[in-house]
Amino acid sequence: MSLSILAVDDSKTMRDMIALTLNAAGMTTTLAEDGVHGVETLEAMEPPDAIISDINMPRLDGFGFIEAVRAREAFKGTPILVLTTESGADLKARARSAGASGWIVKPFDPEKLVRALKMVAG
Amino acid sequence: MTDQLDPLAEIKASFFIECDELLEALQDGLETMDSPERSAETINVVFRAVHSIKGGAGAFGLNDLVNFAHCYESVLDNVRSGLLEPNTEIMRTFFQAGDILQDLVRLSRDELPIEPSLTAATLTDLEALLSDEVEETVEFAPLVLSFDLDEDFGLDDAAPKPAQHSFTFQASAELYASGNEPAKLFRALTELGTVTCTPDLTKLPNLSELANAECFIPWHISVDTDRTFEDVLEVFDFVDGLCTIEQIAPQTDALLPPIDLPDVANIAEPIAPAPGHIEEATDVKPAEQLSTEPDSKKVAAPKATVRVDVDRIDRLVNLVGELVINQSMLSQSIVSAQAANSTEVETGLEEFMRLTRDIQDSVMMIRAQPVKSLFQRMSRIVRESSAAVKKSVKLITEGDDTEVDKTVIERLADPLTHMIRNAVDHGLEAAETRVANGKAEQGVVRLRAAHRSGRVVIEVSDDGRGINRDRVKQIAIDKGLIPENVLLSDTEIDNLLFMPGFSTAAEVSNLSGRGVGMDVVRSAIQSLGGRITITSVPGQGTTFSISLPLTLAVLDGMVIDVAGQSVVMPLAAISETMMLGPDELKPLGANSMLVQVRERFLPLIDLAEKLGFSPKRTDFKNCIALLIANDDGQEAAIVIDAIQDQRQVVIKGLQDAYGNIPGVAAATILGDGKIALILDPGDIVVRGIDHTDTAQPQSA
Repeated sequence: MSLSILAVDDSKTMRDMIALTLNAAGMTTTLAEDGVHGVETLEAMEPPDAIISDINMPRLDGFGFIEAVRAREAFKGTPILVLTTESGADLKARARSAGASGWIVKPFDPEKLVRALKMVAG
Repeated sequence: MTDQLDPLAEIKASFFIECDELLEALQDGLETMDSPERSAETINVVFRAVHSIKGGAGAFGLNDLVNFAHCYESVLDNVRSGLLEPNTEIMRTFFQAGDILQDLVRLSRDELPIEPSLTAATLTDLEALLSDEVEETVEFAPLVLSFDLDEDFGLDDAAPKPAQHSFTFQASAELYASGNEPAKLFRALTELGTVTCTPDLTKLPNLSELANAECFIPWHISVDTDRTFEDVLEVFDFVDGLCTIEQIAPQTDALLPPIDLPDVANIAEPIAPAPGHIEEATDVKPAEQLSTEPDSKKVAAPKATVRVDVDRIDRLVNLVGELVINQSMLSQSIVSAQAANSTEVETGLEEFMRLTRDIQDSVMMIRAQPVKSLFQRMSRIVRESSAAVKKSVKLITEGDDTEVDKTVIERLADPLTHMIRNAVDHGLEAAETRVANGKAEQGVVRLRAAHRSGRVVIEVSDDGRGINRDRVKQIAIDKGLIPENVLLSDTEIDNLLFMPGFSTAAEVSNLSGRGVGMDVVRSAIQSLGGRITITSVPGQGTTFSISLPLTLAVLDGMVIDVAGQSVVMPLAAISETMMLGPDELKPLGANSMLVQVRERFLPLIDLAEKLGFSPKRTDFKNCIALLIANDDGQEAAIVIDAIQDQRQVVIKGLQDAYGNIPGVAAATILGDGKIALILDPGDIVVRGIDHTDTAQPQSA
């Protein structure tokens, strides 16, 4: 069974990179452009095995998006990896308290991302 | 591997396209920040633009770009968090940083070397704004995409030694709330070696106290691996802080029963009942705020766009042009075959005509772009050139949303750049002079775009000293461009600036004196079917006005007869048509005539003579006059023989074959397949009134 991943990032370049990486690893990738779009996409799709989210995004940022996902009963246990260029401890703590499962710093190592996804969702 | 390189190159190309959009958003945001309209969201937009460029650049190992963007972003972050209040000086640094970011993007895209000197000064400025903060340096290693995922990780570890790592693991309740799961972590451990997991069931509470979202069981785990304990701990990176891991001294017998560790008990004690805890972790933001419930109103999704190769659009534009010609030829042949007597044919024909027009409009709209991007580029020119001549200059733009054909926008960049530089360098006075003359210290350069009578008018104006006509004339005389003692009107003197080889700069500054004169600007504008005019008031400033066609492809025209020839006059230029009677004609001097139109007298231009179709007309009986105006508001009456009709014509350029013909803008193919010239009314008015070729003023 291939893993189904929802990736939320406002940068098209990043979305492309993530899709390229995950698809090459045999995963199914669904993309969304910001937090609001992410929540909409999440509700419209078959529940994914894991979610990847950026932090800095227009309309609804990563923290808000993660909180919104966790607020939905069906997604309380869905692993969410934060993928961002930020690495500050306070931001990590904020993401953690919002309900993030893990943190990967961009630019990401494709192998590490795939391995992390397999670990949290596999 | 090579198969994977292609998609990566594609992503890289699209990254640079994205960069252009981000840079535009950045520029926009900075300008808003610099204006009273700024809001809290403005800084976020600016921050995100720089942030996204950094993120993408990191993925491609563009380290110069990453490092610069990182530093810029850090300063912006301080503004965002309220640590730094941007003043004029800081905004200038931000604009400059934006310009350099743009340069870095361009150099990275073209794979050109990046000199450290490019960023050094601005980096120092930015770093100064970071003040005491210890700035960590980012070192992003270039990303190498490898999809060989079977490859074990960490092979570069020196001298692997088989060892056994033992530890206890106790998950906290938050571990589950964060979407993590101990079983998955344990399974990840198996990739490192042989794993033995033993639960410590002694901590299990009574059934009544069990909470389903909590893990009460500490585990004793042993991993037989050739990796270090740090590698083992890496698996638990994500749950750092959400669990307690206690290492048990190595070489301990793995089969020993789990030891009661004091820490484990400490962890288990204070944890609140699980359900309540989960609520606390998740109810931070109510879901309804997001308007994402199916029945609530939809949040506007980002506008969907499609990127299309310009060549494809151009082909479409050309084909539609042919379609328009064909449609009008067909209509004409049907009319002449008198088949149009049938209502059905007539209706069908009308419908066809309307559709063709709609298609044409839609296709033209694809090519149209707001002048905003062009104006944004100019704001950079103003910043750079004002810094070079040490003047304080403010650029004000108006009509940024005015849409013009893409080609026109592209080809306007160079002439506009030159004019802006001229305005800053020559037009505006030094600050002391301005103050002495009672003006504001800061000079103003204005860029204005507007649609006017079917054309686009772009004005570049400054509030500087105005053209020094005596000096201009003297320079032209000195350079032998005009004879001495020549009598010239103010307009004629101003137009001397457009003469090849003319440069007012007594001392050629390294800013605008780049060997390009206003003559080059003018021919660039003319090649776009445009005209450029100057108005200048001494002491108050100079305005260059560029008038351009909206599109380079079609035109609403009036087909007229002149000495047996069919020619097309752009409809937008005609304000009135009238029959010429003897009462309206008044002679002026020996060679000129005026036409009386109500209370006004307009110069009469004999079109057939001007175009060289026939000798000067003496009999004006039964003639028709078209009243036309140029962009300056100068009016004239043009004498023609008859009006055929008005229609849309497809512009076919003549310049490749014939160069610039005075009074003629282009040509078209009429419905009957004949070629007709399209006139340039502004040029005809100017030439007709001045009786001189503006390019070569003659002595009066």
